[in-house]
Amino acid sequence: MDLSMKWLNDYVKADMPIKDFVAGMTMSGSKVETYRSLSEPLKNIVVGKVLSIEKHQDSEKLWICQLDVGRDKPVQIVTAAQNLYTGAVVPVVLDGGVCIDRHNNTVAKIKKGKLRGVESEGMMCSFDELGLDNSDFPYASPDGILILNDDPDFDKFAIGEDICKAVGIDDICVEFEITNNRPDCLSVIGLAREAHATFQLPMNLKPPKFKGIDCDINGELSVTIENTQLCSRYMAAKVKNIKIGPSPRWMAERLRACGVRAINNLVDITNFVMLEYGHPMHAFDARYVEGNKIVVRNAKEGEVLKLLDESTPELKLTPDMLVICNEKEPMALAGIMGGEHSGIRNDTREVIFEAACFDGVNVRRTARKAGVRTESSSRFEKRLDPENAKNALYRALELIEELDCGQVANTVIDVYPSPAKPFSLKLDADWVNRYLGANIPEKEQFDILRRLDFTVNEETKEVAPPAVRIDIERPCDLAEEVARIYGYNNIETTVPRLSSHSVQTPMELFQRKLLGIMLSQGCCETMTFSFISPKGYEKCRIRESDRESVKIVNPLGEDTGVMRTSLIPSMMELTARNINARNLSGRFFEIGRVYLPAGDVNVLPVEKDQLICTVYGEGEDFFDIKGIAEEITEKCGIKARFTALRSNKTFHTGRCAEITDSEGKVLGVCGEIHPIVAENYGIDKTRIYMLVLKLDEMLESAAEDTRYTALPKFPASVRDISVVCDGEVSNGEIAELISGKAKHLESLQFFDIYTGEQIPEGKKSLSYKLTFRKSDSTLTDEELDKIMNKVIGALAEKNITLRS
Amino acid sequence: MKEQLNSIQQKALDEIKNAVDIKTVDDLKVRLLGKKGELTAILKQMGQLSAEERPVIGQLANQVRECIENDIGRKKEQLKALETERKLKKETLDVTLPGRKLEQGRRHPLNIVLDDLKEIFKGMGYSVVDGPEVEKTEYVFDMLNTDEGHPARDPSDTFYITDKIILRTQTSSVQIRTMLANKPPIAVISPGRVYRNDEMDATHSPIFHQCEGLVVDKNITFSDLKGTIEVFAKRLYGNDIKIRFRPHHFPFTEPSAEADFRCFKCGGKGCPLCKGEGWIEMLGCGVVHPQVLLNCGIDPEIYSGFAFGMGLERVAMMRYGIDNMRLLYENDLRFLKQF
Repeated sequence: MDLSMKWLNDYVKADMPIKDFVAGMTMSGSKVETYRSLSEPLKNIVVGKVLSIEKHQDSEKLWICQLDVGRDKPVQIVTAAQNLYTGAVVPVVLDGGVCIDRHNNTVAKIKKGKLRGVESEGMMCSFDELGLDNSDFPYASPDGILILNDDPDFDKFAIGEDICKAVGIDDICVEFEITNNRPDCLSVIGLAREAHATFQLPMNLKPPKFKGIDCDINGELSVTIENTQLCSRYMAAKVKNIKIGPSPRWMAERLRACGVRAINNLVDITNFVMLEYGHPMHAFDARYVEGNKIVVRNAKEGEVLKLLDESTPELKLTPDMLVICNEKEPMALAGIMGGEHSGIRNDTREVIFEAACFDGVNVRRTARKAGVRTESSSRFEKRLDPENAKNALYRALELIEELDCGQVANTVIDVYPSPAKPFSLKLDADWVNRYLGANIPEKEQFDILRRLDFTVNEETKEVAPPAVRIDIERPCDLAEEVARIYGYNNIETTVPRLSSHSVQTPMELFQRKLLGIMLSQGCCETMTFSFISPKGYEKCRIRESDRESVKIVNPLGEDTGVMRTSLIPSMMELTARNINARNLSGRFFEIGRVYLPAGDVNVLPVEKDQLICTVYGEGEDFFDIKGIAEEITEKCGIKARFTALRSNKTFHTGRCAEITDSEGKVLGVCGEIHPIVAENYGIDKTRIYMLVLKLDEMLESAAEDTRYTALPKFPASVRDISVVCDGEVSNGEIAELISGKAKHLESLQFFDIYTGEQIPEGKKSLSYKLTFRKSDSTLTDEELDKIMNKVIGALAEKNITLRS
Repeated sequence: MKEQLNSIQQKALDEIKNAVDIKTVDDLKVRLLGKKGELTAILKQMGQLSAEERPVIGQLANQVRECIENDIGRKKEQLKALETERKLKKETLDVTLPGRKLEQGRRHPLNIVLDDLKEIFKGMGYSVVDGPEVEKTEYVFDMLNTDEGHPARDPSDTFYITDKIILRTQTSSVQIRTMLANKPPIAVISPGRVYRNDEMDATHSPIFHQCEGLVVDKNITFSDLKGTIEVFAKRLYGNDIKIRFRPHHFPFTEPSAEADFRCFKCGGKGCPLCKGEGWIEMLGCGVVHPQVLLNCGIDPEIYSGFAFGMGLERVAMMRYGIDNMRLLYENDLRFLKQF
């Protein structure tokens, strides 16, 4: 809401420095976004009068003018303007003054100087150069100097007067951010009421009145509300013998300060009243109210309406839309915008004013559906007070008479099926203090409410909010009113002693642990979106059965259409992005959520946290990602097994392992990304390694505590062996064989794999270091030989031989 | 014999003096003092001496041996020091060459901020609670006084899954779940992801993070809320931080407020960060609306509470001077490595 300070001052004299006004209003609940002086950046421009004009001797086009600018002696200005004459009253930018350079959209500083040898002490300017337009000066020519002699206020202009003051731009526009619960503050009077309460200044507001001419409007017009749910009140008044013309300067300047362009007196009055009282109005040309009937009803299937707004095409109405109709057809979209057909024109003779109250939700939905949002709809959608419709209508009629633009019928139609009942609450000052933790005397609380225009009965403690304050419903609302005017920052601060203790869930602690491990592995944490493109599943070759996702009905776009069931597409995307950004190697991880549909769309999906990790770049291979997986599982006390997995199409068929715990429960997967998947993300040279772990399962398998093992008392014995086996035999199988047979084996360490010379074709050689130890004595060589023989025997059974 | 001994001593001292390495000195020691050494050879002749001469020469011989041994010892020490020095000199490194580090990963800036917030509130006795992101409208809106028809429920603001299921627009739904499942006293924070139907730009994201807090107990007041936020602000930004409470509106709190922090960049003079206001809007808060308590089966006659919430992106962007929210979700390594 843009507020003209001049307009506000009509009701409350808030003449403190603007900074103080803005700060005070903000702290009492009407937040000021910004403010600006309307005369900015104009400087040193005055009303001047041309005393004489003569031709410049050295120029065809230049004129030398002598002007009276209210100083001791005239000033001389050389100009190229061709529309001047002796006696013309014009804006004069004096030496050192500032006006606007519209062509270059900059500020022009005027200095005295010489034009073709003749002294010029300033410049005369156009309305453009004052930052104004034709709507401010309908009589003026858009080219040339602004000549004020035809202005309706001409006789009020004083020579030498500041031009901003003369043409009414000596105002400040304050931009408020009004919260949704206070549509009453989307008005000058609403904000005046707030200023009155905030600064304890007297408020000068009288109920509007009009005289009218004798005329029983009921004979000329009937109003029916068919849907009283969506229209709680409809008032109509008739104005005859309309004289359309420009509005007076005081009205135009107030509208302009609030960001509304003046159009003509009738249109301006409806806008003026909306801004002043916060209640939108509409005006129909009575000629088009066919049958002299106004019917408020839902639109019928097939009906159409061309709105006043030229840019909106003809609107196809639907039965959920409320419309204002004449006998035959819709004339306006209720609370949003009037139709073109029944609108005010230059030849309008009779006008019907509407001041009504429409249902907020319906207005908002219709406005959205129609794609039109207006000052009117944005007010109605916040819920307006039906009582205020009368103030608005009466104010409009008062202005009609004041501006002498027509004759008002002295009766108005008011269809108001269930008038708002007077509402009041009991103020319990002690309760308010207890609720706030404050100590505000009862008297002060009553005073505050009175300042907010509440009707207060100190004896019964009854307080009645003004009708426009439909947001006041309960004692806690009173507490807020008292608190904000008393000042939030004047209420003391206390720190509650909480009787609760901080509790941490196992998952919270587990994730904390994982985080430490991942960081120690050199992985940077990422943050990706939870919704992805369904194409991501395809690109990552994710199993068909895992693609079933929670779908967003109204996504931002296809790329963000479904809630992910896998973290892989997000990770692939960010990996590709990093590779494209020439980050040649990287380690990333994220603890992210996946959303698994429950099968029934009406049931919430299951949300699970997973850990994903990716590594790529020089020196990284399968065993790096596996190493990370091992580090994680070991630190979590999980005895993990890695088994070759060929069926997961996301991964390289020969370089992928399923990770299970000792009981065979699947914890996750790690491996090299399949080249087709990489290619789908535009990655052709870099190999990507990825690890996914399911945290619920991990937590379940994780050992609760670490148990200490006593340090060995006896020395260890070490034997190395190299074996030769078929190429298909895995290290896992050999290791299992050895571990199964080797008594007193403390650790088995793989250290080399070899194929090539000395090894038959199709075979490979693997080397291990076996460390043995007994807890109660030193192993003898004989014991060791025995154990080794058993191991070698077991290997031989599987056709695995010692390498000679 | 006396002369012999003196000459050995003199010769030895000269040779020791001229020795250039430890090996020479060691050889010398063997040659002079060893079993087959010169001095030993002389001592073997002691038998030929008279009884009077024997102790005199014996003493002298011992003096000579001691003298040579001491000198050898000194010389060795000297040579060792020299040798060490030479070795160290040879091993001299260019210490300005870069170090070799075991590179650790980096926490995402949003989570660094979240960790800080969690620590502060845990220290004050709050527990961290979690809840679903795909949530019922009932918990996100209905029970928080945000009825059907409220603009926040518009599809232009909220992502819908069905009429009754949405992507939560605030983590307040977790507060509702907490109140439904627990009896007061309650003191929780509910950090998490929230979703709004906004295009991604420098200051908006369809997904962002909130950290909300809720306290419900007997005699909880607006002044308790103020005090709590103040403590929080001081723990986050230091004891000098100034804050102010400005009236605002939320459907689920009454009174409602926004807390502004004194601009930490300009200290209140006004700068581009605070848009010249000297204050930075940091969080929304208020006393829990009695109807909300009632909706959750908590008697507002007995209990009261306060709630607050803030956006993590905002806190992180301010702390690190990040000027574009996109960076937080692009996950460029060059960005991530800065934290």
